[in-house]
Amino acid sequence: MSVPGRAEAPSDEALRDAGLTAEGRGRVLLIACGALAREILALKVANGWEHLDLQCLPAILHNTPQRIVPAVEATVAEARGRYDSVFVVYGDCGTGGLLQAACERLGVEMVPGPHCYSFYEGNEAFAAREEATAFYLTDFLVRQFDAFVWKPLGLDRHPELRDLYFGNYETLVYQAQTDDPALTEKARACAERLGLAFERRFTGYGDLGGVLGRL
Amino acid sequence: MADDEIILSELDDEELVAQMFDDLYDGLKEEIEEATHILLDRGWTPYDVLTKALVGGMKVVGDDFRDGILFVPEVLLAANAMKAGMTILKPLLAETGAPRVGKMVIGTVKGDIHDIGKNLVSMMMEGAGFEVVDLGINNAVEKYLDALETEKPDILGMSALLTTTMPYMKVVIDTLKEKGIREDYIVLVGGAPLNEEFGRAIGADAYCRDAAVAVETAKAQVARRHNVGAGAR
Repeated sequence: MSVPGRAEAPSDEALRDAGLTAEGRGRVLLIACGALAREILALKVANGWEHLDLQCLPAILHNTPQRIVPAVEATVAEARGRYDSVFVVYGDCGTGGLLQAACERLGVEMVPGPHCYSFYEGNEAFAAREEATAFYLTDFLVRQFDAFVWKPLGLDRHPELRDLYFGNYETLVYQAQTDDPALTEKARACAERLGLAFERRFTGYGDLGGVLGRL
Repeated sequence: MADDEIILSELDDEELVAQMFDDLYDGLKEEIEEATHILLDRGWTPYDVLTKALVGGMKVVGDDFRDGILFVPEVLLAANAMKAGMTILKPLLAETGAPRVGKMVIGTVKGDIHDIGKNLVSMMMEGAGFEVVDLGINNAVEKYLDALETEKPDILGMSALLTTTMPYMKVVIDTLKEKGIREDYIVLVGGAPLNEEFGRAIGADAYCRDAAVAVETAKAQVARRHNVGAGAR
């Protein structure tokens, strides 16, 4: 899949393990999770946001939230003086408020909300659902299901652990950013593998477009 | 494989305990069950089997998890193996009157269905001699209050995996304060997104990074409370 607006389209694997290097153009640097790269680049192209540059940290940090804060701090430090401002495109993402605290300390803003599942759906709408038993996947996470869910949880080696992890969940909610029938079928298969009911919910980019549009 | 050739019943006690450490590490449930029976048949007390073989073995697992050598799937397999051993020992421990360190009520907070960490803590606390009343998942403050009144534990443990649910711990602690019963209990909190600062901010007695830390913290807090109580008399 190509990413519009960039000469070299990063692969999902590259976004997962290495992230994306900024182009060095624009007055605002976005520091984002690699899982959001395609969506942010699509919004950038669609809206002509030439003032935004994008640097992504490896998406796999999603699985080790304790590594997110130091990675963001280091990236903000590197960007100092090279942009008018820096904006962090992460939710809390399991950092327990530490990312918000770091951003305040560094004098940079970040996307409001607990995680991308919330701001894709819209923070208010997401909170109102109070879905305790839903397990969420986005377009990126459906494509990278094995790397982000199946293998790190050891289910490739020990499928008998599945219900220990997912026994209290009921539904896999696929938050679709795009209309892609093949991806929907893959998401449905992920639900089957986890033993969960399946629901597809088209979210598009949710709050993300509005938040980035104000920069 | 060489391991397949080991006949557990032919090992002496020391070798067998060492083998149980290895088998726990490898999550070998049936081997742990067999070895537990062997030690009991040799006249070991259930308490000694629990503490010297199972808890001792899980300590190695816990240390390697803390140090990044083992990961969650391996810990879960080890815990399953230990649970199998404990299932054999539990009724025997009750009969033989093993020492009891204290009592804990534990549960995952409202809106949160994650229980892997909580279950590990419950099991390790039981292994350390605590009586544990597990309220399960998705507990509203009323459920905690009812359990505290009925069970009269030394410790209240709360767990959360989500950034969105962890603030509920403060709701519970604030309710205890409002009712004037906060100081009646040691409140321990844990879960992946928590940290020490959060624990302090919500008024918990301690944040516990993992199950091993929870056990050590619980023992220390209960001992301190008993000492304070003794000093007051």
